[in-house]
Amino acid sequence: MNLPHIDFSVITPELIVIATALVVMLAEFVGAHATPSPTRSHRIALIALLGLVLAALAAVAGLGRAATDIQGMLVADDLGRYLELVVLLAAALGLLLAWDYLPQFTKMHSEYYALYLLAVVGMMFMGKSTELITLFVSLEILSVALYVLTGFHRGQLAAGEAALKYFLLGAFSSAFFIYGAALLYGDTGSTHLVDIAARASGGFLTLAGLALLLVGFGFKLAVVPFHMWTPDVYQGAPTPVTAFMSVGTKAAAFVALFRVLQAAGVSYATWSLVLALLATLTMTWGNLAALRQSSLKRMLAYSSIAHAGYMLIGVTAGMQLGLSAVLFYLFAYAFMNIGAFAVVSLLERPGYHATQDATIDAARGLFARKPLLAVVMAIFLLSLAGVPPLAGFFGKLYLFNAAVQSGWIWLAIVGMINSVVSAYYYLRVTVLMFMTEADETSFLRSPLSNATGLAIAVAMVGTLLLGIFAGPWLQQLGQAALAFAGS
Amino acid sequence: MLNYSWLILLFPAVGALFNAFWGRRLGPRLVKLVANAAVLASFVVAVLMAISLQALPASAHGQFELTLWPWIHSGDFRVDLAMLIDPLSVVMALVITGVGFVIHLYAAEYMKLDDEHQPLDDRRYARFFVYLNFFILMMLTLVLANNFLQMYVGWEGVGLASYLLIGFWFHKPSAADAGKKAFIVNRVGDFGLALAIMWLFFLLGRDAGSLAFNDIFHALDGATLAVKSALGGVTLLLLLAATGKSAQIPLFVWLPDAMEGPTPVSALIHAATMVTAGVYMIARTHPLFELAPGTMTIVAWIGAITALMAASIAMVQTDLKRILAYSTISQLGYMFLAVGVGAYAAGIFHLTTHALYKALLFLAAGSVMHALHGELNIDLMGGLKAKMPRTYWQFLIGAAALAGFPLLAGFWSKDEILYFTFQQNKALYAIGLGTAFLTAFYSFRAVFRAFAGKPRDQHLYEHAHEQSQGMVAPLWVLAFGAVFAGLIGIPAAVGGLFGLEESHMLEQWLHPVFADVSLPSLPVVWELSLLAGSSLVALLGIYLAYARYVQQAGWTLFLQRLFTPLQSLLEHKYYVDELYTAVIVNPLRTLATFFYRFSDQTLIEGIVNGLGRVTMVVGGGVARLQSGMVGLYALSVLVGVVGLLALMFLVG
Repeated sequence: MNLPHIDFSVITPELIVIATALVVMLAEFVGAHATPSPTRSHRIALIALLGLVLAALAAVAGLGRAATDIQGMLVADDLGRYLELVVLLAAALGLLLAWDYLPQFTKMHSEYYALYLLAVVGMMFMGKSTELITLFVSLEILSVALYVLTGFHRGQLAAGEAALKYFLLGAFSSAFFIYGAALLYGDTGSTHLVDIAARASGGFLTLAGLALLLVGFGFKLAVVPFHMWTPDVYQGAPTPVTAFMSVGTKAAAFVALFRVLQAAGVSYATWSLVLALLATLTMTWGNLAALRQSSLKRMLAYSSIAHAGYMLIGVTAGMQLGLSAVLFYLFAYAFMNIGAFAVVSLLERPGYHATQDATIDAARGLFARKPLLAVVMAIFLLSLAGVPPLAGFFGKLYLFNAAVQSGWIWLAIVGMINSVVSAYYYLRVTVLMFMTEADETSFLRSPLSNATGLAIAVAMVGTLLLGIFAGPWLQQLGQAALAFAGS
Repeated sequence: MLNYSWLILLFPAVGALFNAFWGRRLGPRLVKLVANAAVLASFVVAVLMAISLQALPASAHGQFELTLWPWIHSGDFRVDLAMLIDPLSVVMALVITGVGFVIHLYAAEYMKLDDEHQPLDDRRYARFFVYLNFFILMMLTLVLANNFLQMYVGWEGVGLASYLLIGFWFHKPSAADAGKKAFIVNRVGDFGLALAIMWLFFLLGRDAGSLAFNDIFHALDGATLAVKSALGGVTLLLLLAATGKSAQIPLFVWLPDAMEGPTPVSALIHAATMVTAGVYMIARTHPLFELAPGTMTIVAWIGAITALMAASIAMVQTDLKRILAYSTISQLGYMFLAVGVGAYAAGIFHLTTHALYKALLFLAAGSVMHALHGELNIDLMGGLKAKMPRTYWQFLIGAAALAGFPLLAGFWSKDEILYFTFQQNKALYAIGLGTAFLTAFYSFRAVFRAFAGKPRDQHLYEHAHEQSQGMVAPLWVLAFGAVFAGLIGIPAAVGGLFGLEESHMLEQWLHPVFADVSLPSLPVVWELSLLAGSSLVALLGIYLAYARYVQQAGWTLFLQRLFTPLQSLLEHKYYVDELYTAVIVNPLRTLATFFYRFSDQTLIEGIVNGLGRVTMVVGGGVARLQSGMVGLYALSVLVGVVGLLALMFLVG
């Protein structure tokens, strides 16, 4: 029997994370009286964190090397490595948030971190897939892990409801995705993206196949009208999970989407218009719905829908400019969004019920209570709103610029109007923090744990640095985008 | 060592941030320790900078540029965040941090009480020192900038600090108004600076690819005639900026009101440092001014007339701090006169000595104010010498230096200005000399009215008491400076008499900066006669004050009656405030009301609020679609699928 040759260096970071997941799972059984305790949980979390850091180092070490692949199914190019870095960054920040959050409500620490790492692996694989079956499998790896993580707060009705909804709708949309893959296979006789690009007929099967794949992506990215699950799931899931998946899933799905579109077998003119319309719908819907939310997590859920819409502008703009802008935005979004979620996790009442979780009123008078925290939160929110000189501003600037450069001027204008609308709900929180007195509705989980503090600090520094060194960083990402677009 | 010059900026920045975040928790003791240590550390750095500057090789032309980090890079154009360390900026840094440190020390004690003589709460105490350190940071940014943009940052920064500190007692309407007035009047000048920088950018900066002083001045060599003639406009705008910050005609009106701020602020910002920024800026950009002789003449005349006008107003003021404020305007006028006639080193010399003795005067006045529970009216004082002997001596030394009493600091620097003016324009010289007479008179009027004679308000007098060591002791440092600082600028003619080879150290120190400027000189005899003339005028002024307020001689009363018609004009400060209100403020207000009522409230707000309301209503509708029913969610996906397929086939 001939074993296929496998170049394991292509998936070094993934292997590290998988190994870590196994270690974390086994860690439960180490020690004679394995009673769960916060210290124990911290030990497990530390192992997981080390694994993530190692994987990130492996990804960084690979940067700039020529692209290699495994049987045309997985590719390790710079685009993939940057994707790994975003996912690992989001994962590490989310893990720091879980550090002290998790022991509050569960004793199953190994399970949590193992599943968490598997979701990370799924995302990393997804962004490196160049073949539809691999893509689908990695999509499912991350999805299944996230379904469980969403419902991890088992005593909670809202968590169970969220997990069930996520699972049902996820399965529903996966079906469309795999059907789309089947149609493309029927059209071209291959599931490899290279072959699809070469052989696609451009007729009914191609169009329908691509459309159904888009449904699958749209679901993961929370694109309107496939977004309905997002607010419920983001609200019901433990905040660290929400923070992580709002960034990680998006990153993986966006990169995979770029890979699929490059090989779409359908002309740019066709899919770009479809995406432009989806982008418009998504941004507008997300921002409008966010205006009236009273729960911070729900507000950020709608905000994340809107941000998916902004990033779709970059996808619409097409390969090189659009891709580097989206990559930049993903990094910026990882910092500012997880930073915001980190502060939100501090505003949550322990043992909350879904209807009284972190409400925006909890932020009342935060500045008087914790000035530094309020300033930091304001920076995250202003960055999300796109205020210079923060990361979010440059992210939007590059996206809109990419749109204008490729002729989508009206789309850029829609994006800007949406930014203005979004400023309302971000600033509303800021106003509550700075200009109102604390009252009985305000709340702050204290003391601030070191892990959460570290996560907030990293997110903060990232938000500022990406704003200051926006140009050089974009150039860096631009090279990866150029290599990909030219390949 | 010069590579570490950025430390001078770091210390006050850290001090301000530290106190801003933790000041309230630390309590006043640590707050003042941090704030004072920061300024002291900066002063040490400034001294080290001065020392290492001398060690530079001759090829460096006495200057050192330290680039901290790239700031704006756009195509060929680049502006870095960088420091220009040369004799001029180092002298300024020494004055700012040196005088600043003494004032910080004084303020640590002074600010224990608020404006109503009640103990000041810790929070506001901390805030005060945050502002004060922030001011030092911005002032240093201003003088150490190597380019126009960075100087502009400092320029605006000190304006902000000044605004915050004038209105420090913001619960008092007069203080809040004074802060606003200072800010708005300065805005006129700042706008001039902004325009000047933009214009310079188009004239020279664009081709030079930079806004750094060195690059711009370098580009002047190859500039066309058209560019050079446009410099007249640029320098006029720069002058406008300088008149705002340095309180000269026509923008001087804010400075007297600025006395609403706590006294250390008046001393630090509104006498010793910030208000000299205009003089510094003209000295720094003198290559531009040298090419615009017309502007130079205007600078000199503005300086001279402001000096005379402010000095004459100071003669009739009864508020001690206001006398000093007008005196500051007047002295700044001298500095303008100096730079206007091209005697930049003399201007900087006067700036330095003035910083010392005027800070001294203000702080001594602050001691009096504390002693009298906030009373500043000299008509109600008298006889304080007995109650506050040390403060009396300090004020006396300051006043004597201000009056140009021979051999004290102010004497040398003022005389040097008059000396250079004399060679250029006799009329300007006459105004300068006349002002010197008025200066001597009003400064000793203040001394005699406050400290000599009999108490005019027995109640106030009973309660007066000498201030604590914490406030009195630092002033001796300034008093020492007020007496001896003149020695750094003894003219060659006098130095020669005593066989000194090294005379006028300051001028030699500044020589690398002003090497391109050559000034004529007069025979030694002339120089000495001018010195004698100034001395005589100063002594005459002092004598007149003595005769009028101590001896109360009959002929002085006669003199006063002679000038009665003038007095009302002076007491109303030439009606300048009233003029500005009638000509500028009121018409603008009418116009603004119209725009506000009609275009803003009705038109624009209607549209904006309408849009906002529509958005909110739509948002509410969109959010309500989220019912929580899974079936509905699935339906939404299905609708999406159908829509997407349809769309694909439509376009594809």
